[in-house]
Amino acid sequence: MNHPTAAAIFNKDELRTEWHDKALWYVRNKRDLSAKSVPEWEELRNLAEAIKANVLSNLDNYLIEFEENAQRNGIKVHWAKDAAEHNKIVHGILEKKSVKKLVKSKSMLTEECHLNGYLEEQGIEVVDTDLGERIVQLAKEPPSHIVMPAIHKKKEDIGTLFHEKLGTEQGASDPQYLTEAARQHLRVNFLSADASLSGVNFAIAETGGIVVCTNEGNADLGINLAPVHIASMGIEKIIPKAEHLGVFLRLLARSATGQPITSFSSHFHGPKPGSEMHIVIVDNGRTEQLGREDFRKSLNCIRCGACMNTCPVYRRSGGHSYGYTVPGPIGSILSPGKDLKKYSTLPFASTLCGSCSDVCPVKIDIHTQLYKWRQIIAKEHQLPWSKRQAMKIAGYMFAHPKLYRFAGKAGRAMLRMMPRTLVYGPWNAWGKQRDLPEPPKESFRDWYIKNRKK
Amino acid sequence: MKHSAMKVALFIPCYVDQFYPQVGIATLELLEKQGVEVHFPTDQTCCGQPMANSGCEDQGQETAKLFVENFKDYDYIVGPTGSCVLHVREHFNKIPQTEAVKKVRAKTYELCEFLTDVLKVHSFDVSFPYKVGLHLSCHGQRGMRMAQSSELVGQDFSKMRSLLAMVKDIQLIDLDRKDECCGFGGTFAVAEEAVSVKMGKDRIADHKKNGAQVLTGGDMSCLMHMEGIIKRKKEDVKVMHIAEILNGKTV
Repeated sequence: MNHPTAAAIFNKDELRTEWHDKALWYVRNKRDLSAKSVPEWEELRNLAEAIKANVLSNLDNYLIEFEENAQRNGIKVHWAKDAAEHNKIVHGILEKKSVKKLVKSKSMLTEECHLNGYLEEQGIEVVDTDLGERIVQLAKEPPSHIVMPAIHKKKEDIGTLFHEKLGTEQGASDPQYLTEAARQHLRVNFLSADASLSGVNFAIAETGGIVVCTNEGNADLGINLAPVHIASMGIEKIIPKAEHLGVFLRLLARSATGQPITSFSSHFHGPKPGSEMHIVIVDNGRTEQLGREDFRKSLNCIRCGACMNTCPVYRRSGGHSYGYTVPGPIGSILSPGKDLKKYSTLPFASTLCGSCSDVCPVKIDIHTQLYKWRQIIAKEHQLPWSKRQAMKIAGYMFAHPKLYRFAGKAGRAMLRMMPRTLVYGPWNAWGKQRDLPEPPKESFRDWYIKNRKK
Repeated sequence: MKHSAMKVALFIPCYVDQFYPQVGIATLELLEKQGVEVHFPTDQTCCGQPMANSGCEDQGQETAKLFVENFKDYDYIVGPTGSCVLHVREHFNKIPQTEAVKKVRAKTYELCEFLTDVLKVHSFDVSFPYKVGLHLSCHGQRGMRMAQSSELVGQDFSKMRSLLAMVKDIQLIDLDRKDECCGFGGTFAVAEEAVSVKMGKDRIADHKKNGAQVLTGGDMSCLMHMEGIIKRKKEDVKVMHIAEILNGKTV
């Protein structure tokens, strides 16, 4: 389903759309207050942008440096060129250890690779342990947001889901009660898991260690209890030095939720005694994106989700309307590189208001990239035929002043003469919920010639 | 440069020319009151943004060239729009960059920006005794930095708000969301009709909740979108372009 269709369905329940919008605006507001408490905020953004530019320009060297240091720390490093290879590597590690149950903390990369489904087909039980992730996993849905995966669900929806899946009381919707039920349910799984998998927020080249940022402590519990830890990371997660963490950790949580820092910023620099630690470094289209000059900066992304919270379109269409693992503005510049045809409506799911670019902690020029993807989509003939023809005609008309004036005059006259029912037929998308402006008899030019040109 | 010595061209966006001549007139009169001699090149059409924002930049190149041809001989080009002006500055980069193109890109101004930065206006001899809500259109706001955007950390300022504050008896209201997009977005308004209208409704509700009798702004396109919803819903808010208020029009 394309974005406008899915968004129109989402908007059928106007009160729910308003609720969704307000929930996310609340987070955006918290982010503003938090950012404004840091006077050097813009300087931090500049620094983060510069560090990322350096990383992307020297990515090959940093990756090798990271691998060497990680290996020195006793970590096993694997390289995956795509999602399939990543999933196979993870399965291979689990199979060797006869793992029956895997606990996972949040990892958008494994969502991107569709790891859960793959492992379940191989007979491995996968339990997402981030509360929001567990909710969408139980509901058999993809996450609708990269930081708040179940933000599309009201507490009543979760009450119904937990009643069905976890045996909570029917009709219960008290968040504390439901969260406690999830805690108890997850605790059992933490204790019985044979392996854990986490994402990676930052991989430090000079130390060969990784940092995982969470609020629930679930990554730490999973990693520290199970004898095997697998961390999956995209190649762009590298930062050169540990000292750079200060820049990113300050930006990440403030941008994401308005917190000064995530509750847990956990550093993993090797396996705990008697256990294994693996890092799977995944490309899956990132090198290709790196090679696209206009779009490489999208790899700056630290997955804070601020562009989703601020996007007036995302807030009023929901994450699922994008149909891609990473929704919202950032998803709309990442997805066309994966499948231009499939995601051809996403760069158009924006008014180009630019709020995403201003909110982005690593200064990705998101709205400019949306504009550029639009040009490519049109060139590759992925625009609807009618739109392409309309633009061709408009382009010709606006290049010919006499024709423009004639069309304008005739159009206005027609609008004035036509009965309302004809103007506002089903073909008039503008007029479905909006009136057209009153067409005047005189254009500005007509007036000017009459009144100023002597 | 003395105001009277400036050669200023008036750029009226196509849809303003066709549907909102009163906004063109207000802009012209407002500039004339500042002692500026204003010319309107009569072969102007459009800046090419509708095609470009739809992905068809190529189809807009001839339009862009025509724009340059029409406006290349002036010291300044001034239009009552942030959106079209931003297009000229930012996206006239695909046609050959002749001296004329470079000059036109550098010298095209949004009306309020021109009043503030070039003419340095300090007062308007007009009164507007109403509660007014100012809609900051995104392209002027974040594209041209005509006001501090709410996402960035820094000193607050707003060129449009400062100009409106010079009008006598005006009561400027504050909004809950001071610079959220109205949902017009060019072809977005029809391609993403549902979200577009919802965004517009929410903006209008914010203005109404905070007591606006008049909703104003610098881009008639955003105002046309919101006015369309207001008319359909028979809402009790009047929509006016900022040039009309600054030029002394009454409700």
